[in-house]
Amino acid sequence: MELTISIILVFMIIGAIFALHAKDLLSAVITMGFVGFCLVICFLLLKAPDLAIVQIVIETITLVIMVAVVLDSTRQELKVPVDRRSIFNMIAGFIAFAGLFYFFSAAIETLDPLGVHSLRMAESYVNGAVEKTGSINLVTGVLFDFRAYDTMGEAVILYTAALGTLTLLRIKGKK
Amino acid sequence: MSIIVKQVTQLLAGIIFMFGIYIILHGHLTPGGGFAGGVIIAGAFILLILAYGSSALRLKKEVAGSSNTESVGILLVVVLALVAMLIGARVFFFNFLPKGNPGELLSAGVIPLYNIFIGIEVAGALLSIFLALIIFKEESSK
Amino acid sequence: MTVYLLCFVLFLVGLYGLITRRNLIKIIISKAITEFSVFLFLVLIGYIDQGQAPIVNPGSVDQVYVDPLPQAMVLTAIVIGLATTAMLMAIAIRLFRKYKTFDIREIKNLRG
Repeated sequence: MELTISIILVFMIIGAIFALHAKDLLSAVITMGFVGFCLVICFLLLKAPDLAIVQIVIETITLVIMVAVVLDSTRQELKVPVDRRSIFNMIAGFIAFAGLFYFFSAAIETLDPLGVHSLRMAESYVNGAVEKTGSINLVTGVLFDFRAYDTMGEAVILYTAALGTLTLLRIKGKK
Repeated sequence: MSIIVKQVTQLLAGIIFMFGIYIILHGHLTPGGGFAGGVIIAGAFILLILAYGSSALRLKKEVAGSSNTESVGILLVVVLALVAMLIGARVFFFNFLPKGNPGELLSAGVIPLYNIFIGIEVAGALLSIFLALIIFKEESSK
Repeated sequence: MTVYLLCFVLFLVGLYGLITRRNLIKIIISKAITEFSVFLFLVLIGYIDQGQAPIVNPGSVDQVYVDPLPQAMVLTAIVIGLATTAMLMAIAIRLFRKYKTFDIREIKNLRG
């Protein structure tokens, strides 16, 4: 399982690097869609069917929105001259990323390898969940009974984002 | 779009809508739930809009409808949580309806109701976002 | 452990795009790539070997299930990610209509 997910992750990294350096904006958007669909395969391999359904439909909707925006504006990428400032930015960025990578690899040394149960607190959720909540879908039981505050927070954020988009895209009528 | 696309989309949008309702209602028995069913219903409506073209005049009434739907959805979630607090348990978000046998359609107390309300809210919000973008695109390119 | 390090490399690719790109659409794509790596990392932590999907089979006992808690957290995070991406696209359309370009350095220089 670890080998399969690693190979898919290598494909995602190659796709992500290509999406950032593409000369055509439409190619970049379609490659981002490819990275999202690879994530769906990873979710199915990790035994998470709820997440796979949600991610595949949301990735399709995101692709439709981004292609509509890109085809309506401009399709070509800007021509950036490679001067001293951009090379200095890139080298400073790489040094910072090397430092971050070292700290991350030091931080995950206490994690168990993939497949061993890492989170001890979740056992208290799973053990009596069917009697306490009554639902046999454990993810729904956790979402709507044990952690209902998080669901309410998510609904409020979605509502605010929809209102914000409606406010941003308003055209004043001429009276 | 050509007439073949329009006729096939009319058939398919209805089937996708029914599938979304099935996923919402069986949220406590099979994978799915409120969020997955809500985005599938929004996807059905987006398919209809893409196939039948977009003229801003007809879509402005749709925005009012979907905006009201999402407001009603989140209002019902908060009302249900408050009812749980006022009935007698004094706990917000308490599961107060009878739980039944696990594995049947009418079980798990208040969870199927939460699934339906969250599904309505998510579908309305995603449809509002998409309609706002399409109406802006049509209005400003005239 | 290699899987976790590769997840972090994907996060760093998204961070690199967020810092060095000048096109507004590329910045939004980098933000989405960063979010994908975080979702994958959270679900990887909760995976158990030979575990089943978290739908309880009412007949069998002593069956190991995959951890449902990180999956519930990622489920809400995916929907929130779409909402913020759509809002950023609305800002991008507005900026293009006004300044006729997606370049953030030129948009910073033009005033009014």
